[in-house]
Amino acid sequence: MNFSQSFRLAIKSLLTSKMRAILTMLGIIIGVAAVIIITSLGNGMQNYMNDQFEQMGSNLIQVNVIDDGSSRTVDTDDFYALVDKYPKYLSGVTPYLSPRVVVRHGSEEDSFERTSVYGVSETFYNGEKGTTMQGEKLQNGRFLSYIDVDREQGVCVIGSYIADTAFNGNAMGKVITLSGDPYTVIGVFEEKAESAKGGGDDVIYIPYTRAQRLGAGGGYSMYLLTATSRDTASAAKGLVERRLQKTFPDAGNYFVMTSAEMMDAMDSMVDLLMTILTLIAALSLLVGGIGIMNIMLVSVTERTREIGIRKSLGAKQRNIRWQFIIEAGTTSAIGGVIGIGLGILCANILTFVLGAIVGTGSADFHAIPTASGIAVAFGVSVAIGVLFGYLPANKAAKLNPIDALRYE
Amino acid sequence: MEHLIEFKDVYKIYQMGDTAVHALDGVDLTIDPGEFVAIVGQSGSGKSTAMNIIGCLDVPTSGQYLLGGVDVSTMDDDQQAEIRNKMLGFIFQQYNLIPKLNVQENVELPLLYAGLSAEERRAKAVHALERVGLADKRKNLPSQLSGGQQQRVSIARALAGDPSVILADEPTGALDSRTGREVLSFLQQLNREGNTVVLITHDNAIAVKAQRIVRLQDGRVIYDGDAHDPAAVVQPHAEDDGEVAGQ
Repeated sequence: MNFSQSFRLAIKSLLTSKMRAILTMLGIIIGVAAVIIITSLGNGMQNYMNDQFEQMGSNLIQVNVIDDGSSRTVDTDDFYALVDKYPKYLSGVTPYLSPRVVVRHGSEEDSFERTSVYGVSETFYNGEKGTTMQGEKLQNGRFLSYIDVDREQGVCVIGSYIADTAFNGNAMGKVITLSGDPYTVIGVFEEKAESAKGGGDDVIYIPYTRAQRLGAGGGYSMYLLTATSRDTASAAKGLVERRLQKTFPDAGNYFVMTSAEMMDAMDSMVDLLMTILTLIAALSLLVGGIGIMNIMLVSVTERTREIGIRKSLGAKQRNIRWQFIIEAGTTSAIGGVIGIGLGILCANILTFVLGAIVGTGSADFHAIPTASGIAVAFGVSVAIGVLFGYLPANKAAKLNPIDALRYE
Repeated sequence: MEHLIEFKDVYKIYQMGDTAVHALDGVDLTIDPGEFVAIVGQSGSGKSTAMNIIGCLDVPTSGQYLLGGVDVSTMDDDQQAEIRNKMLGFIFQQYNLIPKLNVQENVELPLLYAGLSAEERRAKAVHALERVGLADKRKNLPSQLSGGQQQRVSIARALAGDPSVILADEPTGALDSRTGREVLSFLQQLNREGNTVVLITHDNAIAVKAQRIVRLQDGRVIYDGDAHDPAAVVQPHAEDDGEVAGQ
């Protein structure tokens, strides 16, 4: 009935003791801000990873074969045979080795400390589509050929970061040194990710036969296969697994995953992580609620006389109860709004900071607060105020008017 | 004529440890509409208990209290609150204004609990403040007013809801004598205008401003009659035995 007056009274009493009001709200502010920050980060992380997977292509199948030292093994030719046998499902395969190499151009080394070097076969590049399996397009020259791979030629195809940094954009025919061996640049990719250091343009492809000599491996070999489309990817994965089962009785010796599956697995992992973190953050909301209850109990005691006056003038129990519940709800709602503001601010700062750190250029990181997250945070903070305000409000409502009027 | 206030053999007994203290010990009392009655007594005489019962802040241990012909002795908390709101206007010694509310909001309080609309509340509050001559101060906070002005605001608050009874508990107790006289003459004026006024005091000099005096001692009525009768201000063995903290 007297909602607006109770609301105005609540605001007034918050304004008359600002320090106390802020301290009371602090728990709610921190709790709400934490929930907003965490949900924003989770949201941003998912978007970031999805972007990266999208760039890699959604019909990729990645195969890791662990080298257990036994004679049982599959090699590149086995995969070629598999692709030839099932053209409806599989469209290509390449070894995908990551040798540990030191990249140098002249005396320059520091600029290339984060360069990725991969050993692949000529099938990594699809001439018909004009892109590699991971979506890179040639700007100049050509990709590796069968001859290059077969004869272990010292040639390479480079990303735009290398072309710009090492050769000022004029890279064709120039030489770059990988672990002491010279490699001639035969092709340059188009820029795909702002030519950032350590990003998708900071990359060198060499024949996998050379990469093997550079000491690739680490006990396993990796292959990339392409399914004919995203829809055939899981059937294609089944075919690859069947082939591997024939060679390896132990399923622990190999690992096959499609990029779509990886995306889903990562998403659900992030979801789980975010749920746990949000629950932990929600605990501080609980603590905030207890803080509000505490201060409301103090407030009821301090205002015993006021309660007595109101009752003598005809306030019923529910009038008094509502007055204090509205006051508690208003306190926590204002705390909630401040917390939302703080959370959004922090999310933006984190976008800026983390974006600079993890932003490989190939995908931007944005911690985006979700509308539903904000709505839930606000709703929960009001609910906590009302819930934890109820006990003190009820105490106030039940006060005996005579005792309350005499209270000094 | 129907009595406005009627006590029928009212007892109020407090249990203090092992002893039962009879704050009211079989009181019979009637007050009619339009009267100006002072209930007088020393500390511990039971006058505060009587005021609490008249004001529907408390209920008798036994006996009946009829207000406007309705038995309020058996009502619950919220029903009593409604009776207080509709029939009673309180004036307290300490004014009991709410410091955070301005003068008009204070006067509007009983009207708010009566469920009146904002416009009705405003109109009635302004009218009541005009009657006590403080309409121009209605946006001030109580702390910005003198003691006498604050007491007039509390009178306006008591008047705002057109109550059947104005119940004044030591209304001059916190005021200097000149301001106290003003407040008393205002109560007399209200009575002349037809309001029923019940004044609770320990001070004979104040009690004689009423038409009728009811003197309590040890929970019993020892005098009930004309305020101008010399017997009204006689104080038989006036010692305060301190049995009940009656104030």
